[in-house]
Amino acid sequence: MSAPEAITDKPVDGGREPILEVRDLCVDFYVEGEWFPAAIDVTYDVRPGEVLAIVGESGSGKSQSSMSLLGLLPGNGRATGSAKLDGKELIGMSAGQLRRVRGNDIAVIFQEPMTALNPVYSIGFQIVETLRNHFDIGPTAATERALELLRLVEMPDPETRFHSYPHQLSGGQRQRAMIAQSLSCDPRLLIADEPTTALDVTVQAEILKLMRDLRNRIDSGIVLITHDMGVVADMADRIVVMRRGRIVESGEAKDIFDNPQHPYTRELLGAVPHLGAHSTMEISDHERDHGGDTPIGEPVMVAENMVIEYPKRGRTPAFRAVDGVSLTINAGEVVGLVGESGSGKTTIGRAVVGLLPVTEGKLEIAGFDMVGASHKDLMPLRKQIGIVFQDPGSSLNPRLPIGESIGEPLMLHTGIKGAELDKRVESLLDQVELPRSMRNRYPHELSGGQRQRVGIARALSLEPKLLVADEPTSALDVSVQAHVLELFTDLQREHGFACLFISHDLAVVEMLSSRIAVMHHGKLVELGSAAQIVQSPKDPYTQRLIAAVPVPDPNEQKIRRERRDALLEAAAAELAAEEELEAHQQNVSRGERPTQDGPTGF
Amino acid sequence: MSTNDPQDKRDPQDERDDPFEAGETSTGSLDPAMTAASTTDEDGVVDAGQAENAIELREVEGLSQGQIVRRRFFRHTGAMAGLIVMILIALLAITSIGFNIGGFRIPGWWPHTAGALNDILNPRGGPTLRMPWDEGGFAIGEHPFGQDEIGRDIFARTMKGVQTSLIVMGVIGAVATVLGTLVGAFAGFFRGKTDNVLMRFTDLIITLPVIVIGAVLGKKLGSADPIPLALALGAIAWTGLARLVRGDFLSLREREFIDAARVAGASTSRIIFKHMLPNAIGVIIVSVTLLMSSAILLETALSYLGFGIQPPNVSLGQMINNYQGSFNTRPWLFWWPGLFIILIALCVNFIGDGLRDAFDPRQKKVPSARKMARADRRTARADARATA
Repeated sequence: MSAPEAITDKPVDGGREPILEVRDLCVDFYVEGEWFPAAIDVTYDVRPGEVLAIVGESGSGKSQSSMSLLGLLPGNGRATGSAKLDGKELIGMSAGQLRRVRGNDIAVIFQEPMTALNPVYSIGFQIVETLRNHFDIGPTAATERALELLRLVEMPDPETRFHSYPHQLSGGQRQRAMIAQSLSCDPRLLIADEPTTALDVTVQAEILKLMRDLRNRIDSGIVLITHDMGVVADMADRIVVMRRGRIVESGEAKDIFDNPQHPYTRELLGAVPHLGAHSTMEISDHERDHGGDTPIGEPVMVAENMVIEYPKRGRTPAFRAVDGVSLTINAGEVVGLVGESGSGKTTIGRAVVGLLPVTEGKLEIAGFDMVGASHKDLMPLRKQIGIVFQDPGSSLNPRLPIGESIGEPLMLHTGIKGAELDKRVESLLDQVELPRSMRNRYPHELSGGQRQRVGIARALSLEPKLLVADEPTSALDVSVQAHVLELFTDLQREHGFACLFISHDLAVVEMLSSRIAVMHHGKLVELGSAAQIVQSPKDPYTQRLIAAVPVPDPNEQKIRRERRDALLEAAAAELAAEEELEAHQQNVSRGERPTQDGPTGF
Repeated sequence: MSTNDPQDKRDPQDERDDPFEAGETSTGSLDPAMTAASTTDEDGVVDAGQAENAIELREVEGLSQGQIVRRRFFRHTGAMAGLIVMILIALLAITSIGFNIGGFRIPGWWPHTAGALNDILNPRGGPTLRMPWDEGGFAIGEHPFGQDEIGRDIFARTMKGVQTSLIVMGVIGAVATVLGTLVGAFAGFFRGKTDNVLMRFTDLIITLPVIVIGAVLGKKLGSADPIPLALALGAIAWTGLARLVRGDFLSLREREFIDAARVAGASTSRIIFKHMLPNAIGVIIVSVTLLMSSAILLETALSYLGFGIQPPNVSLGQMINNYQGSFNTRPWLFWWPGLFIILIALCVNFIGDGLRDAFDPRQKKVPSARKMARADRRTARADARATA
């Protein structure tokens, strides 16, 4: 096994003593009279100034094994084995001692800074509070130190930000504040639990850059928990691959990427969509099929200068989420719509299926004018469009068996019932490669990937001409994502529907679409063939976006990183202004969204 | 694969998108040593990779959500005790003195009725109930709960009072459920103007003190028949439920499956009644049970004030009111109806509590240390056997 190798591994950092030694760590959960292991015999070392990445899918025990170091397991969990921080045993430590360790010696950066920061205190207050909890210093000194920390994490305008509340900051700034807080006590060990998963790709690039810089400045060990191989390639010195609670492989980052030993690691690396891997191949395919860049065929969706606004309510003004977008999708064509959160891409998707009214301009779906259409008018159109939602957990009614969820559109539009409906539902289940016996199951009994298959089956039940896929794989694990995307491609080829594929993940979009549209702040900044967008983006925003995507290959990523950092430097001022605007817009849209009214006049 | 691989046990469940199951064996065959290592690694160990999923799935495998809730409810000790006591009280009240149904009387097994005058047996009409530790041993006697000044049997009167209270509780519950759910559902679903009108109307009702309204309505409608009073009380008791249902609907409305239903072309009423209401059922059931226990107390309070049920009918509150003067001389006139009020209200609260726990999927019982240790020993023994 490869686990013991960790012990015999040659120290990378000039033979320095490890700060954290984890030996045979087991985490179990008590369920219904039995202990379920979540992590088994986890063994690794972390040395100062080193980034150790723990990689694995959800449920592989990567988070639980790290949280057990801090004694932060739920009530029915327990940890056994040994974990020594500077020779001090952490497992089995009393609650009081552990409290001194937390924050002081080990700090955690959480995935979602919005929920990890307390919304009723300003970020400055929260950092000062941490400082004064752990050190005997006065308020003035603590404030000084907090400002110093905010400067260290390159927070723009730290004096003002000190008094800001979490909701007044953009996602990237919040994560910076979170990092500043975790660094406040000079921790020996920093546990970063998916620190960039909730962030946009350009913001992720900045945070990764910050973390790299910090690693050189503070002499702590960093445990990076992530499922994103691109992030790993960017950051990690050494890698531990976990699967089903066990370490399947561990070693130097370069070795693992260049020469993965365990089949699981190979699969994991293979499942990651690789930006730029498809476009070269596809450009010729595409040209053969469509005769170049201008697609032929009946247009299924035509949008011209489309404007979508969330109406004003009370004192908050109307918010223009989509501003003058023109986009055409032809029959059988997959168009990718890429952008960061708040860029208006989801808004377009919702407008296309008639969940949001178009304020100005033109939007035609299958020859039908959507502007000002009423609930009744939309009825016949519903057959032509389907939508796959982002979160498969939320898009299926938890109280309906999935067979009923899939059959609902069929029943409502064609009026078929009973045995005939059952037959159709079964054939749909076959198409998405789910066993027929699942018909009577409820959504909570299915895994994420299975749920999303059900979502796809439902969207396809009426054989739509246009399918809107709103980030259908962003909630899934990498390997599951690969399978769902494969299925999606097959189905598209088979049924020949046109598709608007919305995603923030350029690599995924590139894999599926023939053309890509890039959105930024409600405007369409660039539209072109997939190969053109990926290989020679023209718009500066697209260039930044492409540069920011981490690639699961340390060597290539190193080159990309240098280019990216140069781009980031160049656009620093612009970026700061944008972040500000974004934070503002997020606030506006957050206040606005619940008040939106569908064209149905609810 | 050996039989203790969980993959075999949960077959359809696990035909999931785990490509590594297949991938491992196919790619692993390139390297025999690796395959051997990974298979020994897999066997005999509970599949930890799916542990998180398995932990969730173990409880809910093959069950609908209704079944899960039922199972959790039946495991709730307090709620089950409440339910059993409640059923026993209801059975006792119904069978002992019988009941009228549409002018037709079904007699019970108890010889006395609530209104009949009997000869006073014990001095001052004291209870004939003897406990095992009393002299003469256990005995029920002619009038176990005693008699009042004019010789009426208190057991029969209490049972009649319990019947009245249960009827009032049921009717108030039903009326308030229908009104509160509809008002809350429409306000939460349609929002905007509808919401404003409905919620301001709800606020208006909330501002009126229930006891005062109840007193006025009770004066007007209070009679021997409990139904009109119960209907009137139900018509003002729905406000809390309406607010809760509205809140639930506001959040449900933003869920994607509602959008999915809308895209599928479902009508408004289908969305409300087929998709949203079943998801709000937890909130509704829980708050209705709690509302019913307060309804009993409300009726009692009104009757106690003399605004509720009028003679010749009997209610528990009215009994307490009637006999309050004799608290010192004939305490049994006071204690028995009081005891039943407390029992019924407690039972309903316990049931409501159990339902709330059952409907909340996030709530998990933290196992006791003893249970954990027992599981531990079991695993240790299994391990020992496996190695031996």
